[in-house]
Amino acid sequence: MSKPPILRTEQVCKRFGGVNAVDGIDFSVAEGELRCIIGPNGAGKSTFFKMLSGQLQPTAGRILFREVDITREERHRIARRGVAIKTQVPNVFDGLSAFENLRIAAARRLDSRGAAELARDILARVEMTAHADRAVGELAHGQRQWIEIGMLLAVDPALVLLDEPTAGMTKEEVARAAAMIRALANQRAVIVVEHDMKFVRMVDANVTVFHQGRILVEGPTDTVLRDTRVRDVYLGKAAH
Amino acid sequence: MSRGRDAATLMAVGLIGLAVAFSLPHLVEVFVLVELTAYIVFAMLALSLALVWGYAGILCFGQSIFFGIGGYAYTLGVMNIGESTLPVALGIALPMLFAAVLGYFLFYGRVSDIYLGVITLCVSLIAYNLINSLSGTEYKIGSVPIGGHNGIPGVPVVNMPGDSSRTFGFEEVFTLSLILLVAVYIGLRALLASQFGKVVVAIRENELRAELLGYDARAYKLVVFVIGAAIAGLAGVLFVNWGSFIGPTVFSIFFSAQIIIWIMVGGLGTLAGAIAGAVFIQWLSTWLGTNKIIDPNIVLGVIFIVLVLLVPKGLQPMLVERFKRRRRSETRSDTRSETNSRLGVP
Amino acid sequence: MDFATVVFIQVMYAVATLALISVGLAIIFGMMRVINFAHGEFLMLGGYAVVLPVQAGVNLWVAMLIIAPITVGLFGVIIERLIIRPLYGRIVETVLATWGLSLLMIGLASAWIGFYQAGAAPPFGSVQIGSYREGLYTFFVIGVTALILAGVYGFLRHTRFGLIALGTMQNPAMAAALGVNVSRVYAVTFGLGAALSGLAGAILAPISGVLPVIGITYIAKAFITVISGGATVLAGTIAASALFGTVSQLVTYLSTVIIGEVALLAVAIVLLRLLPEGITGRFSRGGL
Repeated sequence: MSKPPILRTEQVCKRFGGVNAVDGIDFSVAEGELRCIIGPNGAGKSTFFKMLSGQLQPTAGRILFREVDITREERHRIARRGVAIKTQVPNVFDGLSAFENLRIAAARRLDSRGAAELARDILARVEMTAHADRAVGELAHGQRQWIEIGMLLAVDPALVLLDEPTAGMTKEEVARAAAMIRALANQRAVIVVEHDMKFVRMVDANVTVFHQGRILVEGPTDTVLRDTRVRDVYLGKAAH
Repeated sequence: MSRGRDAATLMAVGLIGLAVAFSLPHLVEVFVLVELTAYIVFAMLALSLALVWGYAGILCFGQSIFFGIGGYAYTLGVMNIGESTLPVALGIALPMLFAAVLGYFLFYGRVSDIYLGVITLCVSLIAYNLINSLSGTEYKIGSVPIGGHNGIPGVPVVNMPGDSSRTFGFEEVFTLSLILLVAVYIGLRALLASQFGKVVVAIRENELRAELLGYDARAYKLVVFVIGAAIAGLAGVLFVNWGSFIGPTVFSIFFSAQIIIWIMVGGLGTLAGAIAGAVFIQWLSTWLGTNKIIDPNIVLGVIFIVLVLLVPKGLQPMLVERFKRRRRSETRSDTRSETNSRLGVP
Repeated sequence: MDFATVVFIQVMYAVATLALISVGLAIIFGMMRVINFAHGEFLMLGGYAVVLPVQAGVNLWVAMLIIAPITVGLFGVIIERLIIRPLYGRIVETVLATWGLSLLMIGLASAWIGFYQAGAAPPFGSVQIGSYREGLYTFFVIGVTALILAGVYGFLRHTRFGLIALGTMQNPAMAAALGVNVSRVYAVTFGLGAALSGLAGAILAPISGVLPVIGITYIAKAFITVISGGATVLAGTIAASALFGTVSQLVTYLSTVIIGEVALLAVAIVLLRLLPEGITGRFSRGGL
């Protein structure tokens, strides 16, 4: 790897009661890289994401963003450094209109005229212009996902974390999302947690497999998906 | 959307307010003005909670704390100094300071909303007990006894800044109060239309999302809380000027409950509704009180329970929604998501 | 030495009364996530349920230990059905509705009974400690509070209903799936909490007297104790009572009762900044 890492974790752990949800992850993503994280339910993917975005604090270990320690930083500070996350459950402003959702996001870094312009622009890019004035709470699950992805675009982050971005989307939408995510990765680093293997193939990036809070395998899509250990994990066989 | 029309409406409100403030004293009897001034004071207090609870979703059950601190700060100030300009400033600044300290612990401790409500209520209850107990002559600030449960009577009314011999009459207190109410109303509308106001509403809708976008929800809430305290403090100052009296009942649980009911009657997420709610409930309790029909506690209690069980969003928005269901205000959500976000539930 | 003994007894008494006035509220809050703003009026009702029968000639102990908890407990069951259940899961609305109930009860008590202090003389005499006198009733309050706490613990730990209630508290959906009648569990829990509040109000009535607004003198302390206690019902209440009771009583010695209350509040607010989930929140979730 020639590019310096934008994000690096050292032996990150998260314990809930007696359970090691994340158990010593050493992970690294380069500037501008696109990475998929896969793994069965309970592998620790979402917990890992929550720690990267400051929603949870690790029990042990360090998280470095561009070699700055952000392990114990408040989540809004991490966001201001350029880390944006789409959470697993859509996190949007349900009572506000689609346009207003995007405008609020854009206004974090732009003046009000610029924010409004960008919001309109993004609405067009995620093909939601027709729904601009509708309350996001009234939209379908997939549409809310698009609004949330649009909000990430609006803050222009250096690192995008997407936790199951295609849940609730139609087949065409999944394809569109894959294309958009690949386009995103031209200017910034993107990490995607996904269950949908078709989507992972479409994105065709480096894949990290989580299993029981640890990294099982890491490598290009083809290699990883052919790996017998990965198959065993997904088919529920014990793999240690 | 209709920013131009909003500005025109506000301009009209301002002009009508000014016209009424200056002309009404020539048109009606003094006792009517005095009665109206009381409504104006309560309307101002209602506005402060409409901002804090209705828009920012901060469940402050003890808004009367700031009202009371404002009133006492003005009273003790003006009775010591004799001139009212600094005491008025104190009546606004001290509540802000207290809100800043209390709010720091609450918001930065991430005390979640219902706990915040309970804590703020407890603060007002204990303030009530504290002031109530300070009745001995040894308890005084400067030369003025705090008065304990007897309160402090005979508080001087405000004067023209710099000229303590030119004190305001009932008419002028009315004019001043109405102008300030209109100014606060317009100021809040402007605040809510601003970028800051939109972020505040967004935080109410989904605090986690706002923070993940990079907004420090704690700081925004603290600022709103302090602004609300300033307005409540100003209302407290005007309250003392209205009756020339302050007592510990401004901190009582009954008084705190009233403010909550005003907002519930008027509806969450509206300023005009809060004013209407305050005026209506105060009118009702004054009417019941003067006619001695029934204990006001019973009336307020029944209104409270019925409002919660039947119309959780307050009456005024129900009417609004009936008439313009199509044009739902963009800052308002359905009850459930509003409640959820108030509770911090995704 | 005598002074130290008296101070110790007073601190114990302060801790016990805090736990006593909080335990009913804590059970309702811990099990149902309902903050009953009418808690103070439940205490008031308990007070009247002992004072009025005693004035009518009923034996003090019968009124205090039997009539008061049963009356308030039944009242609680009715309130649960009428006000709490329709709002279940809506925490803010429940608080507001019970706040309305609180005002309504104050208003009704003022209208029916009147706004005067009613009382019953505390039983027992007093004991001499050096140059100090201490009422024996003080010791009764401390002892009975300990018994109540032990009884609640035993009830929740060792009876069938207690175990079902604990399970329901941990996971209502799971309990319902296992065939538990969750509504009934909540109704009984609320009734139990109300009965304990009634008992507490009754025990304190001979000391403080009863007024329609007597509840207000208790609720601030009870709310703070329960909120600061955190997720574990009994351990939290006991820990918070011990801390706040000690602080407020010691400050009371140095100044006045009211300043003691202010100190209690200040400690609680600082504590919440440090431990947002309450004293026991960090260590365990939703246990005893």
